[in-house]
Amino acid sequence: MLEIRDLTVEASGRTVLNGVNLTIKDGEKVLLLGPNGSGKSSLMQTIMGNPSYKVTSGSIIFNGIDITGMSPEERARMGIGIIFQIPPKIKGVKLLDLIQKVAGMKGIDIAEIRRKAEELRISHLLERDINVGFSGGEMKKAELLLMLSQRPKLALIDEIDSGVDVESMEHVGSSLNEVLLPDISAILVTHTGYISRYVDANIAYVMLNGKIVCSGDPNSILDNIRRRGFEGCVECKRAIL
Amino acid sequence: MRGVQKSYLIDYLDKKSPYGLDIDVRKFIPSEPVKLDEDRLKEVGIDPNYAGPGLYYQVDSSVMRKGSSISGLKVMSYDEMNNPEMGWRLISPDQDKYTAAAALYGRGGYVIIADEGVKVERPIQACLFMSAPGSLQAPHNIVIAKDNSEVSVFTGCTVMKEVVGLHVGITEFYVGKNARVNFVMIHNWNPDAHVRPRTAAVVEEGGQFVSYYINIGPVSSLQTFPKVRLIGKGAKAHMSSIIIGKEGSKIDVGSEVSLEAPETRAEIISRNIAMDKSEIIARARVIARAEGSGHTECMGLMLSDEANIVTVPELESSFKGAELTHEAAVGKLKEEEIYYLTSKGIERKEAISMLVRGFMRINIELPSVLKKQIEFATAMAAEGL
Repeated sequence: MLEIRDLTVEASGRTVLNGVNLTIKDGEKVLLLGPNGSGKSSLMQTIMGNPSYKVTSGSIIFNGIDITGMSPEERARMGIGIIFQIPPKIKGVKLLDLIQKVAGMKGIDIAEIRRKAEELRISHLLERDINVGFSGGEMKKAELLLMLSQRPKLALIDEIDSGVDVESMEHVGSSLNEVLLPDISAILVTHTGYISRYVDANIAYVMLNGKIVCSGDPNSILDNIRRRGFEGCVECKRAIL
Repeated sequence: MRGVQKSYLIDYLDKKSPYGLDIDVRKFIPSEPVKLDEDRLKEVGIDPNYAGPGLYYQVDSSVMRKGSSISGLKVMSYDEMNNPEMGWRLISPDQDKYTAAAALYGRGGYVIIADEGVKVERPIQACLFMSAPGSLQAPHNIVIAKDNSEVSVFTGCTVMKEVVGLHVGITEFYVGKNARVNFVMIHNWNPDAHVRPRTAAVVEEGGQFVSYYINIGPVSSLQTFPKVRLIGKGAKAHMSSIIIGKEGSKIDVGSEVSLEAPETRAEIISRNIAMDKSEIIARARVIARAEGSGHTECMGLMLSDEANIVTVPELESSFKGAELTHEAAVGKLKEEEIYYLTSKGIERKEAISMLVRGFMRINIELPSVLKKQIEFATAMAAEGL
């Protein structure tokens, strides 16, 4: 599904990814853990094709095709979708207008999306400008609704568990599972690990300083981080080396 | 002639306007034949099959169609009104060379009168079309909304492609007590046309004047500075303009509202998009002579490195209880926003068009037909950016 080879990336003149290697199989759900600034969001943005992230070496292969030089819209059309950690506010463009365009491309019925909006308790946001005046939780739900309109094969989900209250998290969790069907692959970025209560991840990776330093069973890695913090992963890395 | 001395005004054909590129109006004075290009009309939202409460079509100096289907609502031509006292009460014919030319050589224009208490939500459709080369089109429009009435006017003004012409529309609005006028005007000229509308309005107690002006196509030069006086307690004016500068357009557009009674409220909002080598001056002036409030908002979007935007906001107060505020920003499309939309699968070109349309959106309360006309015009304008 996805193969990242020796990926080095610069953003704003700084190296943010430093030789990342990662392979994700069809239907695999991956937890990507790491402290703030470790490169998790940078990796997601680079896979999506954010032009602010310059690939200086390495490659990204999606379903056998090298997408390293492709535009974000080409990647989206090939089946990659992203939930932004902090999406921009877009004045004058209604959420529903974007949803209609996105769902239209995939032939998804807008009535179904309206029902999902109701389940997520965000029907009232459809006629509003995208993210303008939305709460943190509302932004995540709007992103999720867009992803439900897009139905990607590879879902990049960045910190959907931060800034969402406990009650909302129940709605987010169940909608997320509608996106993450068995044949869908996903990378779920989290620094709290909270999302793992709602999604059965197959494997967890830990990033530190722009590199993936260890991998393993999600529960045992999360457990280890809870007890010892991310420093434990540094030791783990030394152990690997 | 319309109640002014012809010999006197001839001299004023050389009186410059303080703003905008100076045009020799004498070159444009003769005019003759009549052609109507329906495709050009559609571009400014004019539907020849529209069945509204009233309509008015003028090509060059000839009135093609006019009439009203509602009692208490009159739609007629200025020339058939036969009452020279009605015009030039808010605008002086000797204001500048353009008003002088209009007073001397102007023909036609619509007169719309809504009687007391008459409320018409669907807009009257008016179309002013220039077809003859080298012509002056100077219609004189008057809109009178008597007390407690409500009337909406949609005006589309356009020109044959490749016709050099000068358009000086004179428009005077009278908004009575607790009356409301919604006025939407869409302009689509050509790179050879010069446009100098002269507009003024008075609004009485509790009355509302809502004006929404859109210029979507290239023009050689366009200058207009409508003036609204709020003379009765609680009178309100909302002046929106969406200006798109294309090719080498030289545009100088603004609105002035004076607050002359207590509890009056003025809003002047403009969205200015500068493309190609266009130059846009966006003016907004609120003058407080009584305890009212006013807000101006000038937003500029630069889509070219060769274009230019100047915003000129002016707040003038001579009353201690007045509150005037002003907001302005000139910037470019944010790459972060374009990327966000493309990451959802939207083509880059379409993403830019969505953002430009979003930039142009101004939320004001208007009848739904007018809102649709505005949507249509802004979508047209955002196409092919």
